Amino acid sequence: MDLIVTLPLLMLVLLTAAGAVFVKDLIASVLILGAYSFFLALLWAWQGAVDVAFTEAVVGAGLSTVFFLLTLFSVAQKETTRRSYRFSWLLMSGLMMLGLLMVYGAQGLPPVGDPTSPPNVHISPVYLERSFEETRTPNVVTSVIMDYRGFDTLIETTVIFTAGIATSLLLWRHKA
Amino acid sequence: MNWVLETVLRRPNFLAFILLFLFGLHIMVADKHLIRKLIGMYLVQTGLMLFFITQGVKTGSTVPILLTSELPVQPAAYANPIPAALMLTAIVVGVATLGVAFALVISIYRQYQTLEEDELVRKMQ
Amino acid sequence: MIQSHDSLVVQTLGRLVIPVIQLYSVYVLFHSQFGPGGGFVGGVLFGASMVLTLLIFGAGHANGLIEQMAFRADGLGLLLFLGVGTLCIFFGELFFDYAALQLPGFDPASRRSFGIVVTQIGVAMDISVVTVLIFFCLSPELEGSWKNELGA
Repeated sequence: MDLIVTLPLLMLVLLTAAGAVFVKDLIASVLILGAYSFFLALLWAWQGAVDVAFTEAVVGAGLSTVFFLLTLFSVAQKETTRRSYRFSWLLMSGLMMLGLLMVYGAQGLPPVGDPTSPPNVHISPVYLERSFEETRTPNVVTSVIMDYRGFDTLIETTVIFTAGIATSLLLWRHKA
Repeated sequence: MNWVLETVLRRPNFLAFILLFLFGLHIMVADKHLIRKLIGMYLVQTGLMLFFITQGVKTGSTVPILLTSELPVQPAAYANPIPAALMLTAIVVGVATLGVAFALVISIYRQYQTLEEDELVRKMQ
Repeated sequence: MIQSHDSLVVQTLGRLVIPVIQLYSVYVLFHSQFGPGGGFVGGVLFGASMVLTLLIFGAGHANGLIEQMAFRADGLGLLLFLGVGTLCIFFGELFFDYAALQLPGFDPASRRSFGIVVTQIGVAMDISVVTVLIFFCLSPELEGSWKNELGA
């Protein structure tokens, strides 16, 4: 993980995330969110998760931007530019304490990039070693999600199907 | 303060995750417009995915697609595929949830003709 | 009812670009085992190409037929996925053990690879249909009554 590429990408991710919130106009805010998804996909591709980066670039930068814009056009135009924000000290102090707790909990994390850290040791070398001879699939992520952990994908497909049903139950208009 | 420097500044991904997560959570709670709350939810989801994928990075490793020319596989040469597989599911479930949330927002707008939270509470009473 | 875009440049480019996107989505789906991609991305790309077609060329004289088809085709991918798993039970093994599918002349590793391809197709079908369905549900009603009485 080369820091020269990662640090500018991280700063771009944080800048676009801040920009998506602080801009007044909602349509501009949604398009900056699309740029945020794209920089996040670049960051993930650099760190080695290419399947996730591909999916995030298509789904996050493409599909969710389209859904956001469709919703904004379904709502009347005067709603989209008003600025509404309520600042409270209680919320700010609560989130600061949560942040300090997260930093304190980071002491237990393994060093970044360690091949002997607990996520990299128990079952994932087994999947990497046996994926080609058991399933003839060089792409280990595909064989993990479809063959070794196929139940997760089955339930996720059910969730997508349920989302389609829920959306059409809420918004189906009967044509004359 | 030494442990702060050691834990956080050596892990820039973790610092970015903390900032994205807390910022998204703050926007979800403090902002009164419903669509900005959904933007905050999206920031929380993607920040969490960044945290998980950072756990699967190995120094000097390549993408988890096996090179069939060197078949006794050394697992230290490939990035960890399991967090990537979990986050693949999480992205698609996230966009499905976003679709249902938008359906709810449009239904609320059709019923009450507003999207601000305090006007909505006033109209519902 | 979605109206078509009235610019000639957009329509000509749409005719050139949309088949390329669909071909690429089928490529990504079938090469999911040898490179990055998979059923999710292939399905979303195919659904996005259909959304692009509807945005550029309009729903035409279909009069809601595409919406009815998207509404009724919703669970077919899930049925395919479950069907492959249940077929493995009928041949005597566990639920998702693709090595039990009786295909002549294949060793168990290639049978698992075949099972992976069929379930990827199921996932891609499901996601592409849900993408088009959510697009139709969220799209604004141009001559609807509630929008006219707001005076937007």
